[in-house]
Amino acid sequence: MSDTNFEPKIIGFFCNWCTYAGADLAGVSRLQYPPNIRVIRVMCSGTVSPHHVLRAFQKGADGVLIGGCHIGDCHYLRGNFMTIKRMRFLQDLLKFTGCEPGRLHLEWISAAEGPKFAETVRNFTEKIIKLGPSRLKLAARAA
Amino acid sequence: MRQRARYIDMAKCIACGLCAEKCPKKVPDEYNLGLAKRKAVYLDYAQAIPPKFAIDKETCLFFKKGGKCKACEKFCPTGAVDFSQVDEDKDIAVGAVILAAGFRPYDPTKYSAYHYANFPNVITGLEFERILAAAGPFSGHMVRPSDHKEPTRIAWLQCVGSRDLNHCDNSHCSAVCCMYAIKEAIIAKEHSKEPLDAAIFYMDIRTHGKEFEKYYWRARDEFGVRFIRSRIHTIDPVPGTDDVAIRYLMEDGTLKTEIFDMLILSNGFEVSPQVLELAKTLGVEVNANKFAETSSFTPVSTSRPGVYVCGAFQGPKDIPQSVMEASAAAAASSELLSPARFSLAKKKPVFEERDVSQEVPRIGVFVCHCGINIASVVDVEAVRDYAKTLPYVEHVENSLFACSQDTQGLIKERIREHKLNRVVVASCTPRTHEPTFQETIKEAGLNKYLFQMANIRDQGSWVHANVPAAATRRAKDQVRMAVATAALQPPLQEFDLPVTKAGLVIGGGAAGMEAAMGLAGQGYKVDLVEKKDFLGGHALKLNSTWNGEAVQPYVDDLIKRVNNHPQIEVRLNSEVTNVEGFVGNFKSTVTTQGRDSVVEHGTTIIAMGGHSFKPKEYLYKDNPRVLLSLEMDQALREKNPMITGAKCAAFIQCVGSREPERPYCSRVCCTHSVESALQLKEINPDMDVYVLYRDLRTYGLRENLYKEAREKGVIFIRYNLEDKPKVEQNAKGELTVTVRDHILGILVHLHPEVLTLASAIIVKDQEKLAQLYKVPLTNDGFFLEAHMKLRPVDFATDGVFVAGLAHYPKPMDESIAQAKAAVARASVVLAQDAIRAGGVVAQIDAAACSGCQACVGVCPFGAISYKEREDVCEVNQALCKGCGTCAANCPSECITLFGFSHKQIYTQVDEALAELEAMEEAAG
Repeated sequence: MSDTNFEPKIIGFFCNWCTYAGADLAGVSRLQYPPNIRVIRVMCSGTVSPHHVLRAFQKGADGVLIGGCHIGDCHYLRGNFMTIKRMRFLQDLLKFTGCEPGRLHLEWISAAEGPKFAETVRNFTEKIIKLGPSRLKLAARAA
Repeated sequence: MRQRARYIDMAKCIACGLCAEKCPKKVPDEYNLGLAKRKAVYLDYAQAIPPKFAIDKETCLFFKKGGKCKACEKFCPTGAVDFSQVDEDKDIAVGAVILAAGFRPYDPTKYSAYHYANFPNVITGLEFERILAAAGPFSGHMVRPSDHKEPTRIAWLQCVGSRDLNHCDNSHCSAVCCMYAIKEAIIAKEHSKEPLDAAIFYMDIRTHGKEFEKYYWRARDEFGVRFIRSRIHTIDPVPGTDDVAIRYLMEDGTLKTEIFDMLILSNGFEVSPQVLELAKTLGVEVNANKFAETSSFTPVSTSRPGVYVCGAFQGPKDIPQSVMEASAAAAASSELLSPARFSLAKKKPVFEERDVSQEVPRIGVFVCHCGINIASVVDVEAVRDYAKTLPYVEHVENSLFACSQDTQGLIKERIREHKLNRVVVASCTPRTHEPTFQETIKEAGLNKYLFQMANIRDQGSWVHANVPAAATRRAKDQVRMAVATAALQPPLQEFDLPVTKAGLVIGGGAAGMEAAMGLAGQGYKVDLVEKKDFLGGHALKLNSTWNGEAVQPYVDDLIKRVNNHPQIEVRLNSEVTNVEGFVGNFKSTVTTQGRDSVVEHGTTIIAMGGHSFKPKEYLYKDNPRVLLSLEMDQALREKNPMITGAKCAAFIQCVGSREPERPYCSRVCCTHSVESALQLKEINPDMDVYVLYRDLRTYGLRENLYKEAREKGVIFIRYNLEDKPKVEQNAKGELTVTVRDHILGILVHLHPEVLTLASAIIVKDQEKLAQLYKVPLTNDGFFLEAHMKLRPVDFATDGVFVAGLAHYPKPMDESIAQAKAAVARASVVLAQDAIRAGGVVAQIDAAACSGCQACVGVCPFGAISYKEREDVCEVNQALCKGCGTCAANCPSECITLFGFSHKQIYTQVDEALAELEAMEEAAG
């Protein structure tokens, strides 16, 4: 697979109350973004465990985007605090495995931020295309 | 009541937006305050509920040009446009009316010196809110209107249309503008790529709300927002540019000119003529400032019995206060109507549920065209055929509109016909349509949780409109993920927990007594627990409310009514010492002088009150002439000769408040001192009365008192935290107060015969109660509600509520409103016969649990407890809100969030990436 037609696979874990709703709003507003993302709706970004993220990378995801409510707006009060903690730890872990930590991205996107949602997916997809296929995927294939 | 025609059939509109896309008529968008355009057929704003379009008759070409155009009707895929609709006049029989008519932002056009109408870069605070909003006219890109340049210098001018009798008749303070200007300044700084200069020109900074003072300090100290105390007289254009120049007097008297890219007028609140008309129609009286007339003791009751008021029409106020009042108005009306409760309620029919637990999954997949919304981009037939190849799928079908009545009937038929036990619908978003489909499969005898949606419209065809092949690929993937997770979905049970229809109120002050009376008025039994041997609390020490109503007769009457109420049991000399149970089923141990009794109750209202801070400065307790505010009230009440005979009196504000060790404003003290100062002036108009203050915070209509005090000769001297007044006494006990006059810049020496210290309001001994009911406290020691704005009297822990000073310092009227609000919130629990629990909740597999308790601490709702004997943790499903934070934190993954189990998430991840794997394998 050459880099020019590299179509990355991106997994999005979006919380039901903010980012998933922001994604819907992007739709209602007809804002276009690359179709490489596959969305898993979760109740709270705090529902996403490190194992879920690692599974995605193990199974060949080139990027994982987690979306939650802005700090202070969490539907469950402080679920997203846990998300921050896990992000820091996971990015260290990714670095340790030789994977670029930038393949995992966290963004707070509210239900009103359709444009921000579309922009985030656009930017993240571009970034992943620049990074190329995930080394974890290549390693898994080689093994 | 007149309901205007919307010319769109609500039942048919699917909010696809095609009508607006095709509509040729562009008009200014009111939601974006004219900064953007909308069409004549429009949705009020993106998150409008219900999401249904409407035709604006005033601008629509069909109505304006006599029956031409009809583009919307031509293109609407569901035939929802209906030009034959007419305005409807309806008669509705009601027992109570709640007026929540809101405010109108002041129109600064009349301030000719501010050139709002002429200079494009002079805008209002609300307009700037829209500019900053992600969904606003510039997609959240901060630009100025004239040339869309990113500003690097922005100034805010406070009190535009507030505290002003020159340009308008608004003597009141609008109470929210200081805070919103600070917020906008911080957000602007965060938005700006270049370093942004933000300057706020103000008279007094009024950050009197909970946690507001700290926010102000952060803006100043961390974000570098400049606060300049000056009321701007005139602004000038800067020739050759779109900039504006401000000339102002600095505090030292020097004249300065600064140039800004943009000027934001912090415009205040006023009542619109339409609302005044409505008030007149309803026979509701308004006060001199044109807000609804209310008493401090019945803050949400209008002059007309049965008509209640809340929000900004009651008086200028912020969101937390408005939300509180909304609940209070609900409580007041439901108290009035409690005999009629549920008399008009209809019961939902119950459907027999088929037991599918032993069946192999049989999934039906319905792929929606949504007219052309999906089908014009996604190859819906291909998606349907693809779905047929997936494991456990027994039936596939396309539908023009999956959400239509016909298709709902069809889905039910197919469930029976093919013995389906799971349903997947590939269409729009579960956020709006999942409940509809769940209801449908329930009617067909399936557990409503045996349902999944694949979002192929809002997150499919609409966002990948130009890449149909990729959109179809994505739709197939999302369907595969939905089918796989549906196959793993077990039926979920919901169960009912009985509710003890009784309330416990802690604290026998005004808030506690009002809460007890409110609950009893709704028909519930109440236990009122008071630590002291009498009821009344601090209200007993207050002379009058800010608008001059005598407090004593009110409190005496309230105590009498509480004591005589057959539904209220007053427990004096008592404390809560142990708490078991949870919402609907509390068992609290009340200890009365050593004797324990267990009270069973469904809800708890904490109204334990506050205390006045006893300062160690300004000679308090060292000199009998130095009093605290409430001691001053007592002296006034008792006509103490030290007061009545005084020729000079002084007040010092912010004693113990707004200091590093107590970084909050105590909210009531400015008004209280101004009120006392006025009473002194009444006793002796020649008395010299000085108020030494930092910012005078007579918010809302209280500003009228401040004005009156200045008119009557009370002298206000401002001091800084860094240069506090000094109080000394001589051998005869005579006081000298030395303070630097803010205008003259020199030290002045005052010789008051009585000095009143407006000391802070604090809470004491609250930690134990907080622990017992598992509710949090702020750093300042006040009880911390679930959400400062949206849930101002609730806690994250269900069934526990807060009111009065224990929540934050507040005056009598606000305490009473909050007590009523707590009653409304508690009644939501108590009015039910049972609490429905279960569904999407977490469960711990006790066999796999190691008792590490990693889940206990992360649960925001206190729903998980550790059972010591078994060494395992357990979720109380009545308290669980289904966030799944515990499941993600469990190191052994022995916690399942039903509907979002680990297995379901892993499977979705696997399926999302499966095609890729298969393709690569095929490619070798």
